[in-house]
Order: sequence, then structure tokens, then C-alpha cells
Amino acid sequence: MDFDSVRLTDVSRHFGRRRALSKLSLTLNAGDIVGLLGPNGAGKSTLIGVLATLVTASSGDVRYGQRTAREGGSGLRQRIGLLAHELHLYAELTARQNIAFFASLYGADADNPDRFEKAIDAALERAGLTDRAGDQVLSFSRGMRQRLGLERALLHHPRLVLLDEPFTGLDDRSVGTVSMRLRELAAGGAIVLLATHDLDLADGLVTRVALMRDGRLLSDEPAATGLRARYRSLVGGT
Amino acid sequence: MKKLFVPLAVLTAAMFAYAPIAIANAPYESTMLLIQKIFYFHVPSWMAMYAGIAICGAASVVYLFKSRPAADRLAVAAAELIVLFGAIGLVTGPLWGRKAWGVWWQWDARLTMALLLELVFIAYLLVRAYGGPGSDKLAAAVGIFGTAVSPFVYVSVNIWRTVHPLNTVVPTLRAGMFGPFWFCSVAFLLLFTLLIMLRTSLANEQARLDELYLAEDDGAA
Amino acid sequence: MFLRTALLVLRKDFAIEIKSYEILSTTLFFAVGCVLVFAFALVKEGQAPPDSAAAILWIALLFSGTLALGRTFERERYGETIRALLLAPAPRPALYVGKLLGILCLLGLTEVLLVPLIALLFSAPLLERLALLLPLLACGTIGFAAVGTLFAAMLMRARTRDVMLPILLYPITIPVIIAGVRGTSALLATPPDEPTTIMWLTILLCFDVVFVTLSLWTFEPLMTE
Repeated sequence: MDFDSVRLTDVSRHFGRRRALSKLSLTLNAGDIVGLLGPNGAGKSTLIGVLATLVTASSGDVRYGQRTAREGGSGLRQRIGLLAHELHLYAELTARQNIAFFASLYGADADNPDRFEKAIDAALERAGLTDRAGDQVLSFSRGMRQRLGLERALLHHPRLVLLDEPFTGLDDRSVGTVSMRLRELAAGGAIVLLATHDLDLADGLVTRVALMRDGRLLSDEPAATGLRARYRSLVGGT
Repeated sequence: MKKLFVPLAVLTAAMFAYAPIAIANAPYESTMLLIQKIFYFHVPSWMAMYAGIAICGAASVVYLFKSRPAADRLAVAAAELIVLFGAIGLVTGPLWGRKAWGVWWQWDARLTMALLLELVFIAYLLVRAYGGPGSDKLAAAVGIFGTAVSPFVYVSVNIWRTVHPLNTVVPTLRAGMFGPFWFCSVAFLLLFTLLIMLRTSLANEQARLDELYLAEDDGAA
Repeated sequence: MFLRTALLVLRKDFAIEIKSYEILSTTLFFAVGCVLVFAFALVKEGQAPPDSAAAILWIALLFSGTLALGRTFERERYGETIRALLLAPAPRPALYVGKLLGILCLLGLTEVLLVPLIALLFSAPLLERLALLLPLLACGTIGFAAVGTLFAAMLMRARTRDVMLPILLYPITIPVIIAGVRGTSALLATPPDEPTTIMWLTILLCFDVVFVTLSLWTFEPLMTE
């Protein structure tokens, strides 16, 4: 089950009287790095939840290629990778154990154990944590956990990569490595959606910009220079 | 649906107005005499309660799997009525027991079953009130599990109690008693129907209000 | 795929648990504390009321099980790893089974401690009647854990989850308690009333089948928002 575009049509989601998403229509294509920008409470996390099939829309249609989430079933989830704010790591396990668990969950250990170990080593190296592989995640700083969480999300080479604030806590060098990684992913045909507050970081990285406020999509356009000014003019605020 | 409210309310009120007369005219039961007459309200309230349990269970299944908000509104209405009619039964039961057998509560099988189911559906209402966002689905699960556990409650409590049988058997009905009994049963079921329609309609209005808020929100964009 | 995922989840929970044995040791100690509270409350002149051994066994299991359920799911709340699990390409009920197996292991170990302890403190011939006691305990624990795992999972996102779990769980698992206690005390009678125990065992088995099925069926819609 694979797809090369994700289309949202008039997607709405409300919780009682509170609108989280309001008639949102958006198409994401392979090779895009879409920056999802907006103030707090705009609905970015809900949108990511809907795209990850963890939140069902109250109305509207979400299609991965031609199929909906229900039709895609568990095969669809093989092609989705998520890194949310909470990072999805088991604090009591070591970095290696975390990666190994999620790798097995995604079926990586089905073949031979040698390749499995190599894949885990590679992931740890990309996260820059090879020397801390045997330490519990409890002892890691926010930045280290962020790097590990990102590798965990990308282990299974997902087609749709959803990132909620992936740069929090990262130092300059890590930001550079992660940005390069995302560019490589997009170049390889992945659909990358990243929600962020950091306009400067987003500026050089994203190929398209989707601005949200109050659950609505204000604009969806190719990235151009002057992101901050554009953001201010559409979203307002300081 | 709404057109039925007034005629139904009038009919139910009339039946309840006549009920005391029907009950007074019913023959006395041999051992308990006047006290037994509470049975004409006690048993029909159980019937209303069980009707509520069936409806809540079915509506919860529909809501959980088909996400139809109307089913959720029906399930809440049913749950509230289960608690209401269950409370009526749980009050009239001990009143009867105290007068007839001198003891408020003696773990009679039927009363105990009703108490358990009452607790389950009070839990349903508590989850809705305090469960936070998404509590409507949690409550639907309680509704489904509560309805599914009723046969097990029935079997286990029955066996639990009849190993040491006590004088708990509902007296056999004499000829003249059927009339008032079925009259009161129908009256209670009509009352149940009326209340569930009213409550569901209230929930529908609340939902429409929410939709208007949301639509206004859209319009303001 | 289904079984593999369930076992992966189970193995992961073991891996976490053996680092500190936190949940196991505190659950065991709590269960013992429970038994002692009941002992001090009930024992008069060195004797407990008849049938209290059966009652205390199941009540201690109920209370310690409720706490253990809350805490195993607390682990999935930290770091919101439950989202990552739900996102895995495995059928979601497999996650439920994995968690259920973990709880069953934990409660099983608790029973290994409780049965001899209660047999000792209350001079109850529990250990002599293991042939029927074990299936009874197994079926009762499965029934309780099946409903408990589902409710604990669905309450993870609720605000008042700690107190809500017992409020929801106890009324629904009363049939398990009745069957367990009555079945155990029939077994402890002299001579042991085996037909009655077997009858209660059958009821527990039916309960298990119905509620495991119901939980598998409702797990996915309950866990997605």
C-alpha cells in the first residue's frame, strides 16, 4: 500500500462547541516539505493527528492516494511516521532498546538478525547517540531525546512524515543535520509536513507554507522569501 | 415526533390519575394485604428500567461503531431514565420489605441485581460528567459492558441468593390483580416513552445550538 | 502479525519491568498489606469468620489488580507512547492482548504469593485443592483483567482516570467476585463441594469469552479520538 499524495477535502473536527479544524482542504505531494505554521491553538496538532489516522474527522474526506484511512487499514500505517511533542520514547528503556522495539513493531526483524542489528546501529549513529546507546532515555537531555525520537519515527522509511516541533531543544549543528535529513527524505519522494513556531528555521527549509489560525487554513502557497512578514500579515499578532 | 408529546403526556397523566383507583379496587393479597399494593408501582418501574438498559446498550453500540450523534443522545437519555426508574424500584422495594418482612434490606436477588445495574449506569453518568473530552465514547463503552453484564448479574446473584432461600418470592397474582397490574405497567412504559422522548429532544436542541455556534464561527471567518 | 505484536508489547513491558521491578514489588506488597488489614479487621479471638479466606483472596486481588492496571497504563501515558503503538502497522486489538497478557502475568505472580499466605494465616486448605482452585483463579483473573485492561486503556486520556477506573470496573466485575468467592468457599468446605465450584467455574468461563470478545471488538473505536 503506497501513495504519492495526501488530499484533505473540507475536513472539520469539533469537540463540542470548540472547532479544532474548520473545512480544511489541502493537498500534499511527494517531494514537498510543507511548513505548517500558526499561533498556539490554531489546530496544527489536531491536523497532524488526523493525518496520522489517530483522530477521526467529524466531517470531510482524507485520502492517501485513492484510499481513506479505513480502507488503508494497518498497511497504511506502515507508510506513516510521526514525531509529536511528547517524543514517544520509553524513558526506562535504553536508546538501543527503544529503537529495537519500534523496529520490530514495524517488521524490521522479520528477515535476518544481522541486518536488524545493523539497522539499529545506523539509526543510533544518525541520531548521534552511538556512545549513549546503552543508557536509559531517562538520562537524556531534551535535544538527545529529540534526535532519538526522530530516528524512531523514520526507522521504517515512511512515505508521510509528520513532525510536530522537531527542532525543539536542538543545538545548531543538530538543526543542520536534521534539516539536511528532511531534505534528503523529500528528495527521495517522501511527503514531509512539519509544524513549527520557528519561522527562521522554516524559512530556508520548507518548499511550501500552510498557514493556519483558529482551525482554518489561511493560505497554502509555495515558499518564498520574507516568511516572517507574510506570516504577520496573514495571522497578525506580535 | 414532537406532535406526539401532548397527547402522550395527557394520556400518561390520565392513566396515573386513574391508577390509584384501579389499585384501590384490586383485591387484597392474602398475607400482606394493603402493603402488597406497592407492587403495582414497584414491578412496572423495573420494567421501565430494563427497557432503558436495552435501549442504552443498543444505542451505545451504534454510537461507538457508527459515530451517529443521535445514538449518543438516545443513550444518555436512556441512562438517566435507568437511574431514575431504578431509584424508584430501589426505594419502593425496601419500603415493601420493611413493612412485609420487618427488614429494610435482605439481599433479595432481584433488588440486588437492580442495585448493581443501577451502580453501573450511575457510573455511566459519572463518566460523562467527569471524564473530560471524549467521555461520550467512554460512556458508550460503559453502556455496552453494562448491558452485556446484566445476564451474568442475573445468573450469579440468583444462584448466590437461592442457596439460602428466603421469603422473597413475588406473590402469585390472583385473578383481580392482573387488570391493575397491566394498567400500571402500561402507564409506566408510557411515562418512560414520554420522558425519553423529552430528554432526547432536549439533547437534540443542545446539539443544534452547538451547531449554530459552530456555523456562526464559520460565518465569522 | 497479531500474535507477534502482542508478544512484542509483552516483551517490551517485561524489559521495562525488570529494570526496577517497581510495579511488581509494590503490587505484591500492597496485596499483602490488604490481606493484613482484612485479617486485623476480621479476626476475633484468633479466629476469622468462616469463609473469610475465600473473600479476602479475591478482594485483595481486586484491589491490587486495580492499582496495577492504572500503573501499567501510566507507563504508556508518559511520552505518549500509546500513540506510537496505535500508529504501528499492526491490528490495534493486538495491543490490547499484549497489555492483557502483561497484567495476567503480574496478577498471576500476586496469586502465587497470596494463596500460600492466606492458606497460612487463615488455616484454609487452599493448597490441597489446587486442581480446581487454579482454573478458578485463572478464569476469574482473566475476566477481571479483560474488562480492566480495556477500561484502563480507554481512561488514559481522561482527567479523573485514577478514581474512574474502580468506579467503572467494580460494578461490572461483581459477577466475577461472586463466582470467585462462592466457588472458592465451596472448594474449602469439608468435604469440598466440587460440583458447585465447577458450576461457578463455567460461569466464569462464559464471562471470559463474552468480555474478551467484547473488549477486542471495542478497543479500536475507543482508542481513536
